[in-house]
Amino acid sequence: MELSDENIDLSDNEEEEEITAEVVLKTLQSAWQNERLAPEILPHRNDMVECMLGQIQHMERNVNKLPKTDLRATIHKMELSRIKFIICNYLKTRLSKIEKFCIPILNEERQRMESGTNYLTPSEYKYAQEYLMNMENHMKTVVLDQMPGNMQTFEMSKMADHPNMRSHVFLKANDTVNGVVLEDLAGEDEEIDLEEGSQHILQYKPIADLVKNGKVQLI
Amino acid sequence: MFAEKVIELLKEAERNPVTIDPFNDDKIRQIVEEMHSLFRMNMNDANATMENKTLWTTVQVRHSALERNKRCLLAYLYSRMVKIKTLRWEFGAILPPDVRELLSDDEYEWFSKYSTNLASYMRSLGQDIGYNGIDLTENLKPPKSLYIEVLCMADYGKLELEDGDVILLKKHSRHFLPTSECQTLIRQGILQQIT
Repeated sequence: MELSDENIDLSDNEEEEEITAEVVLKTLQSAWQNERLAPEILPHRNDMVECMLGQIQHMERNVNKLPKTDLRATIHKMELSRIKFIICNYLKTRLSKIEKFCIPILNEERQRMESGTNYLTPSEYKYAQEYLMNMENHMKTVVLDQMPGNMQTFEMSKMADHPNMRSHVFLKANDTVNGVVLEDLAGEDEEIDLEEGSQHILQYKPIADLVKNGKVQLI
Repeated sequence: MFAEKVIELLKEAERNPVTIDPFNDDKIRQIVEEMHSLFRMNMNDANATMENKTLWTTVQVRHSALERNKRCLLAYLYSRMVKIKTLRWEFGAILPPDVRELLSDDEYEWFSKYSTNLASYMRSLGQDIGYNGIDLTENLKPPKSLYIEVLCMADYGKLELEDGDVILLKKHSRHFLPTSECQTLIRQGILQQIT
């Protein structure tokens, strides 16, 4: 019984991978787009990145089998370098956010890790920690240690740079979402409905969760 | 006036938002000295305030001057760190000697640590599926075409391309090369793109 269950599982997985090559790219593209446009760091899509890298490897092997003068080879290579660019740029965008908002990201990530909903991949987390440590050490050795006694501490909370969650973003609704609450500065809350396919300009904060669960796409 | 030097320092750093200036060791030392003298004065007066409450405001003002100096110094260092980071992305792990001179020893050490950290992150990418890492510093710009025409600016010697062909890069020679393979050389100034 168990064995057959496993079999079904396996074949399911394989089938999924069969379909995805294109879907994976689409998902990756929208993740990249979101990441570039959102002010804060979003949950990682390492699964997609790794899957795509595997595909690239596979495709590169195939392309290399073709003779150099083959037109198909050129077209495929161009496509591959585009995909590679997307992956690199996606990862780089995340890195620059991690560097910029290092302190709040690490603090929030520690809480998220407890609940198992981490946004960073293990290597990104390691990178962030190392980065912060290097920065602290550098500032300590260069100026802080020369300062008078009461000025020597490296104050995390004062050094922290926070993403601007109130910045406005363009977005497109993938699904119909009802009752998005927009906070007003005057304290008057407004509720709006996002219809499927409609486009809006809104503050990032109220729709942050919708971006993370894929209900809306930043454009 | 207190905290005037530190403003000079910041203004100086702001003047060139893109390029990096030599590390101003001297000014930083002066600012730290100012902080020490402020601190000493404060210590004396703080002990005296027990009897004389009028000194209290003086102490407060000096304390904010100290805080301000500290904050501005850290801002100076931070803005330099941001610039140094872009150097890593532009030049790779090894800096040209003329750029290297602009950094202080401590900054250079920070640069190497940053570089190592970045390198180990890039190595970890895709490790689970048998990749040995991706160099994110390549592909900085979206690819426009597969091949570009380049002019060689210096005698570089032989370059082996990914497909096994070996070409000789001589000064003033022109080549038609895969974009992905000349990015690093272009950034190092050995090749120049001709559009």
